Amino acid sequence: MAGVRYVGASRVYAKGAKPAVDVLDLDIKDGEFMVLVGPSGSGKTTALRMLAGLEPLDGGRIEIGGRDISDVQPKDRDIAMVFQNYALYPSKTVAENMGFALKMQHVPKEERTRRVHEAARILDLDEALLDRKPKALSGGQRQRVAMGRAIVREPKVFLMDEPLSNLDAKLRVQTRSQIAELQRRLGVTTVYVTHDQVEAMTMGHRVAVLSGGKLQQCASPRELYDNPVNQFVAGFIGSPAMNLLTAPLTEGGARLAGAVVPLASSVRVAADRDKLTEIVLGIRPEQMHLTEVGTSDTVPAAGGPARSGASPASADPGSAVLLGDVVLVEELGADALLHVRLADDGGSVVARAEGRKPPAPGQRVAFRVESADVLGFNPANGARLAG
Amino acid sequence: MTAVTATDAPAQAPTAPKRSRRVREITGLAGWTVLGWVVGIAFFLPILWMFLTAFKPESSAETWPPKFTFSPTLAEFRLVFSGSTPVGPFIEHSAIATVGSTILVLVLALPASYALSIRPVGKWRDSLFFFISTKMLPIVAAIGPLYVIALKTHLLDSIWLLIILYAAMNLPLAIWMIRSFMLEVPTEMLEAARLDGAGRFREIGEVIMPVVSPGLVSTALICVIFAWNELFLALNLTVTNAATMPMFLISSVPQEGLYIAHLSAAATVASVPVILVGWIAQRSLVRGLSMGAIK
Repeated sequence: MAGVRYVGASRVYAKGAKPAVDVLDLDIKDGEFMVLVGPSGSGKTTALRMLAGLEPLDGGRIEIGGRDISDVQPKDRDIAMVFQNYALYPSKTVAENMGFALKMQHVPKEERTRRVHEAARILDLDEALLDRKPKALSGGQRQRVAMGRAIVREPKVFLMDEPLSNLDAKLRVQTRSQIAELQRRLGVTTVYVTHDQVEAMTMGHRVAVLSGGKLQQCASPRELYDNPVNQFVAGFIGSPAMNLLTAPLTEGGARLAGAVVPLASSVRVAADRDKLTEIVLGIRPEQMHLTEVGTSDTVPAAGGPARSGASPASADPGSAVLLGDVVLVEELGADALLHVRLADDGGSVVARAEGRKPPAPGQRVAFRVESADVLGFNPANGARLAG
Repeated sequence: MTAVTATDAPAQAPTAPKRSRRVREITGLAGWTVLGWVVGIAFFLPILWMFLTAFKPESSAETWPPKFTFSPTLAEFRLVFSGSTPVGPFIEHSAIATVGSTILVLVLALPASYALSIRPVGKWRDSLFFFISTKMLPIVAAIGPLYVIALKTHLLDSIWLLIILYAAMNLPLAIWMIRSFMLEVPTEMLEAARLDGAGRFREIGEVIMPVVSPGLVSTALICVIFAWNELFLALNLTVTNAATMPMFLISSVPQEGLYIAHLSAAATVASVPVILVGWIAQRSLVRGLSMGAIK
């Protein structure tokens, strides 16, 4: 077993084109489940294929267990890959598929059979399936055979390229937890590529968010969610996505929907330092707390004292109350998503509300927002404004 | 007349349209079916006529209109197999030239198509065009040089010459066909094989071949049909030692006398292998390539 290190690794597909992977530095620890996530074209799959040896490096190097493997043949890198379409050999039985790599390594037949059965047992794969051809299997079974083919090799690193994308939604959720559990049990370093941020968040020990070939942030799911380093990560991680609203800066905060959203002092300092007049506010849907609409129709916009005239909920100086009209309600059962158009042309937001009695479309609602929950981003470059 | 229908039509309109559309659909379908059968029979009729004539005595073969009632006889077939020029050697030559050239074609086309699809060489487009361009020149234009070359290399009237020429004739088509089958091999599967540690030969033998083998079979069968039916080269470059089946058919036409029944019997014998092969090729083509590797 071993860790994996990308050191300034780059891949340029065509001369003069933008690099598919641009000077990637990533340190994956021994036994870690690392998820590479990003939209299509972000370079996540290319990064994985570079590690597999299916794409050459145009710069930098990649190490497995401290050994530079940049110029090592794929078969000698001691890795195993699970492909998106499983890539099983149609003419071979399940057992032959799983044992093919061992056969190529001239592992004796008894040992091969033992390891194939062992892998089948680990994966809960029916022994009767071992003699079948892949086309006789269901999608979920094929996926497990593809996993099994990786497991029997007992590699240093598992590479997985969107292995769940061909399964239906229910099976995907089930298999997701099985893979995570399996990885924990085997303790093999795993690099997992997905475009699905929910998969990334639920499976990864750490998640590396890529965009445009560049690493945006690599951190634990919790850290990514709570402390995104830029607007891209903030918008990409989380479902529904974080509300990102551009608002002009005023004394003590940012003006939004006729109210002043107070900002943490560190955000204000950073905004002053960058001499910003506008700021992008980031507020998670669940941090828009539904509250009573005050007697006055609009919340006075001026500084602290004036706000006391509004609804009682806004009395706290560390918070603000935003008014808006519900446009659409998506009921999810346990909770409901409110699509709200903020007052004073403040833009559209999504808020998470208690599922039992959500407001009806067309209804005027008020949200309390705590200053500690409001993230600030530089509108010019998307960088996080924080102390 | 037109005035009457014009006034009648609106009155019927409320009940009619649904049924009339259905009727129109059925008659349309029937029309296409009838047309299909007519065209099919028109194409098949000469073959049926040839087949029936082969069983007629020579005297009743050349009648107009053709007779469909007669007492069948195998006399002409007997003559084909054991007449003054028996068909045996011709079948043998044809079989050797066909099988030999087809094997040669496959041996050459397989690596060539691999190098033009899965691991394309530089300028693969030009190579591909070159192969097909060899089919553009009329073979008549090449027969003079070919004759001279065959003469100088002492290959005139030799079965080896036919093997080489038939292989050359079928190679471009085979390369194009096998290449298209190889392009169907999923890239991921080849990558999986690379990661699994399969070398070039294992990759071809254990991963690519099983996927393309139905395609190889149909390619081989098409090569067999083309080589078996080839007349022009055989006619110009062989006399007796390598004369093929189509040559036998020509020699079945005597200088004088009745020959239609005899020719029909010979043609039927010549057609049987091709019809068989065509039938097999159709089945293997239908079986297709997708074997469930990729979802």
